[in-house]
Amino acid sequence: MSDIIRLTAAGLAEKLQNREISAVEATQAHLDRIHAVDSDVHAFLHVSDSALDAARRIDERRTAGEELGPLAGVPLAVKDVLVTTDMPSTSGSRILEGYMSPFDATVVKKAREAGLIPIGKTNMDEFAMGSSTEHSAYGPTRNPWDLGRIPGGSGGGSAAAVAAFEAPLALGSDTGGSIRQPAHVTGTVGVKPTYGAVSRYGAIALASSLDQVGPVTRTVLDAGLLQDVIGGHDPFDSTSLTDAWPSMAAAAREGARGDVLKGLKVGVVKELSGEGFQAGVQTRFDETVALLQKQGAEVVEVSAPHFEYAVSAYYLILPAEASSNLAKFDSVRFGMRVQPDGGGTVEQVMAATREFGFGPEVKRRIILGTYALSAGYYDAYYGSAQKVRTLIQRDFDAAFAQVDVLVSPSAPTTAFKFGEKLEDPMAMYLNDVATIPANLAGVPGISVPIGLAPEDGLPVGIQIMAPVREDARLYRVGAAIEALLEAQWGHTLISKAPALGGK
Amino acid sequence: MSEISEEQVAHLANLARIALTPQEISSLTTELDQIVDSIAKVQQVATPDVPATSHPVPLSNVFRPDVIGETLTIEQALRNAPEHDDNRFRVSAILGEEQ
Repeated sequence: MSDIIRLTAAGLAEKLQNREISAVEATQAHLDRIHAVDSDVHAFLHVSDSALDAARRIDERRTAGEELGPLAGVPLAVKDVLVTTDMPSTSGSRILEGYMSPFDATVVKKAREAGLIPIGKTNMDEFAMGSSTEHSAYGPTRNPWDLGRIPGGSGGGSAAAVAAFEAPLALGSDTGGSIRQPAHVTGTVGVKPTYGAVSRYGAIALASSLDQVGPVTRTVLDAGLLQDVIGGHDPFDSTSLTDAWPSMAAAAREGARGDVLKGLKVGVVKELSGEGFQAGVQTRFDETVALLQKQGAEVVEVSAPHFEYAVSAYYLILPAEASSNLAKFDSVRFGMRVQPDGGGTVEQVMAATREFGFGPEVKRRIILGTYALSAGYYDAYYGSAQKVRTLIQRDFDAAFAQVDVLVSPSAPTTAFKFGEKLEDPMAMYLNDVATIPANLAGVPGISVPIGLAPEDGLPVGIQIMAPVREDARLYRVGAAIEALLEAQWGHTLISKAPALGGK
Repeated sequence: MSEISEEQVAHLANLARIALTPQEISSLTTELDQIVDSIAKVQQVATPDVPATSHPVPLSNVFRPDVIGETLTIEQALRNAPEHDDNRFRVSAILGEEQ
């Protein structure tokens, strides 16, 4: 059984297709693993009680000779921001405790249609506001590499679930780095696709001009296989792109064969290094860049002068959009209702509900967003932030006129300890300094593990960014880097993660 | 300094419909002041000649044919409501006594 959980999604899918393993066995193995280790990791807010039934149906259909999708029978962990009909969806908030959606998010629907088995809902910072999962209303998720440290956020649950072998695949959402930064600190792979490449219908909205749903996995190929399932146009999401997309799995396979690095123009973002970046993160990043050069890539330094304003612009745009999106939690149609002492008007009931139901970070951002949008401040703050967004897009345009991909460390530090940044909101916000520019410009980004920092032995990731719509390029280059490093090490990085309790 | 006052935070909390406690108003005032101070630097480069961007990948208006699609039943729509009466969401009084 324990061998099953160590397989990649691609490896497990092959064994399912060859009928060496049944979907029920695959699902049971992961449920057993969750049972054994999740009291330590706390990646899951809810574990499915219908997963085995779903797996049984896949086995029956396979036995009946039906042609199933490549990932049919593979378990999938789902970030709690995505609504599901068979499990509660809380977005990590008390205000939605026990909420049962009447519909599935499009990505969940597509995953079910492809035969994947949703096995549980993963923990996250409340409404995806945070970089550590410490802002979850249901307690933090712990990093499988060191249980005293954060797993990143907001999608720390999804990243920890794949890092702890509780699921081979997970879904995440990335508004400012919530897929890529957790991947960086847990030694896993995370992709933020091009804005509009994957439907957000049924993703509980944080900041609608920034949010994107994407894959969380242990390998680049697995991420490609999952993006092939969840990607594509959705008429229920009016920001969904109508493009015909190439296979991301095919791009990953091509990349892993080598050669794609020869002549590849790689830009190292000057502004995403140096001050604020941990020495061991920088070391591993520089080594990887040198490796790319050795393989025939043309590496140049690229300046993106307005990236230094990205975090500031983001913390005006995100709270502004969030304050509007979260207005729907008004105690009328869904969610919690709290009656003030002695009753009150509907407005007083709303205010009491939101006071009780929202955590401190959510309140902080709603108030900040309300401020940024209020009369007299709108032009100075929100208006200026939108202009910075234009300048950052221009920086990307200028950079991609010179190079095929941009690279940076995925985050400035390795996993930090619980509580370290909780009392200092700005320090927490700076975790996303490397990932935020991609969200502001809509470009795709991937984080791929590149080793352990020498000073603390914790994982480090490289971020690769490509122009809008060039997601396949991320998979080609990401898989090439992964294959080169694993050949050099003689093992995968995740195989070096410490054993967890129970096994 | 952005100089955010407690009165301002209390006003914002009222606009945002969050019944903050006096302690929360006090700590948020300090925090917001620090946050706004460090993010106000967007103004340094946001000159009048730069157009604003609201959407990262520009799209023209997205329409669909005007036909009834998949919709929720009344029962589904009411299922998550804290309180409902017959086919409607139920709320407490809209107006207070002084109104």
